Amino acid sequence: MKNIELKKLWKEYGDNVVLENINLTVKAGEFITLVGASGCGKTTFLKMLLGTEKPSRGELLLDGDPIRDEPDANRGIVFQRYSVFPHLNVIENVMLGVEFGQSKLLGRCFGSKRRQVRAQAQEMLELVGLGHVANQYPTSLSGGMQQRLAIAQALIKQPKVLLLDEPFGALDPGIRSDMHALILDIWQKTGITIFMITHDLTEGFYLGTRLLVFDKHRQDPDNPNRYGASITFDIPVGDTRKSTLDDISNTMKQKQETV
Amino acid sequence: MKRLINQQPSKAGKWLLGALPFILILLVYLVASNERLAVNPNDKLMPSFEAFGHAIHTMAFEPSKRTGDYLLWADTLASLQRLGIGVGISALISLVVGILIGIIPLLRASFAPVVTVISLVPPLAILPILFIIFGLGEVAKITLIVLGITPFLIRDVQLRVMALPEELIIKAQTLGASTWQLIVRVVLPQVLPKLIDAVRLSLGAAWLFLIAAEAISATEGLGYRLFLVRRYLAMDVILPYVLWITLLAFLTDYLLRRLSLYAFPWQQTEGGAK
Repeated sequence: MKNIELKKLWKEYGDNVVLENINLTVKAGEFITLVGASGCGKTTFLKMLLGTEKPSRGELLLDGDPIRDEPDANRGIVFQRYSVFPHLNVIENVMLGVEFGQSKLLGRCFGSKRRQVRAQAQEMLELVGLGHVANQYPTSLSGGMQQRLAIAQALIKQPKVLLLDEPFGALDPGIRSDMHALILDIWQKTGITIFMITHDLTEGFYLGTRLLVFDKHRQDPDNPNRYGASITFDIPVGDTRKSTLDDISNTMKQKQETV
Repeated sequence: MKRLINQQPSKAGKWLLGALPFILILLVYLVASNERLAVNPNDKLMPSFEAFGHAIHTMAFEPSKRTGDYLLWADTLASLQRLGIGVGISALISLVVGILIGIIPLLRASFAPVVTVISLVPPLAILPILFIIFGLGEVAKITLIVLGITPFLIRDVQLRVMALPEELIIKAQTLGASTWQLIVRVVLPQVLPKLIDAVRLSLGAAWLFLIAAEAISATEGLGYRLFLVRRYLAMDVILPYVLWITLLAFLTDYLLRRLSLYAFPWQQTEGGAK
């Protein structure tokens, strides 16, 4: 089943071409990792999926329909920072999404409904391993735990796509590998489509079922913004040969030297 | 010997150092007052502590011969009422307007310029207009406080709203929040403690406008009394009144700070109100 489709998609700001002519089809349940040098347009790409940026030309379809050009519950997001609400405790953070759906006026549930939502949220917290800190405020949690919370918070809305914007970039290596195990576990259990931006090529290789590398096909040394980036590598499931990794690594290094 | 910048006072030393300026001021006053009174026992400029005690007793613990009120308490009640109502109305207006223009770009485009312009009008300059429109009663005085501090509060709330991380606003939308739900569940609770901070900062200005309005037209109130007894050079009343106002201002500030920490415990781990 097709989940996301991009047809001849361009993104430009005036004369500055960021992305050019991107064609891509993503099936439901794929785990896509996005890598590329900084400024290569992978964040713009994610923002278009999220709805905070609009394509300049071309089509961007979610389940066959044009994607809404503002964020909505179809697309969950986890940012590198500031993904959880500091004024709500851990379980309230997770309950919030459900409460928005159930109470239009106050965005808050009461009585037996509240207990029901709470139980649902508690279940989600257990899934990400935060069941024991349900009543603490996020600021008292470590960075890794905050990211777990952000994931739980996004998942409770059962979005069609989960977008991760360098979610583990600020974490220690040890914590990071725990988070990798967690996200793979969640992905397998829910079968959700995931797009994840990462700086770490090995992370992208290890986690995804499909790795997309963003880079410019053409360079104009006099006018670096003349040409935009597109997808230069699209590597499918399980192709984790060392030589492929080195190939991409090399092209990215060259790229950074020229920049 | 350690460098000066690395020497910390002990706990007792901190208290002592903190109290020292107060003790010095008191001593200087005492000496100067004694000198003046030795030359002229009827000097009104620097009354003795005895005279203060007597004046405080008259104002606070004896009913006034003319009205039968205990003047200090009647004045305090009248002033605090005006201040409370004025600041309360201002806080409410600024919360609503500040949040709306902070989060809704269309409203910001049309209201932010007018708020900026209003905030530049010197409130005391329009006091005559207020007296003309609202008469000399309570409304004019409260309106002066409201006009005086609301623009500042609105702009502060607006900036606080706009300073919320964009990630949080986007996150709330991906959780399905409507604009209204986003305001009541995300923006409002995060801005309330900031509003309390802004109110604390604006209290000084609120007192200024209150005393100014009372000085010009009132029949009771701390500002009214200060300017009334000025005619008799009654420093024995004026100085205790000034100290009393200072104490009230300090207490209001302290209570607001406690309220903020008590009502929004999530700030404590975040390093919010101090």
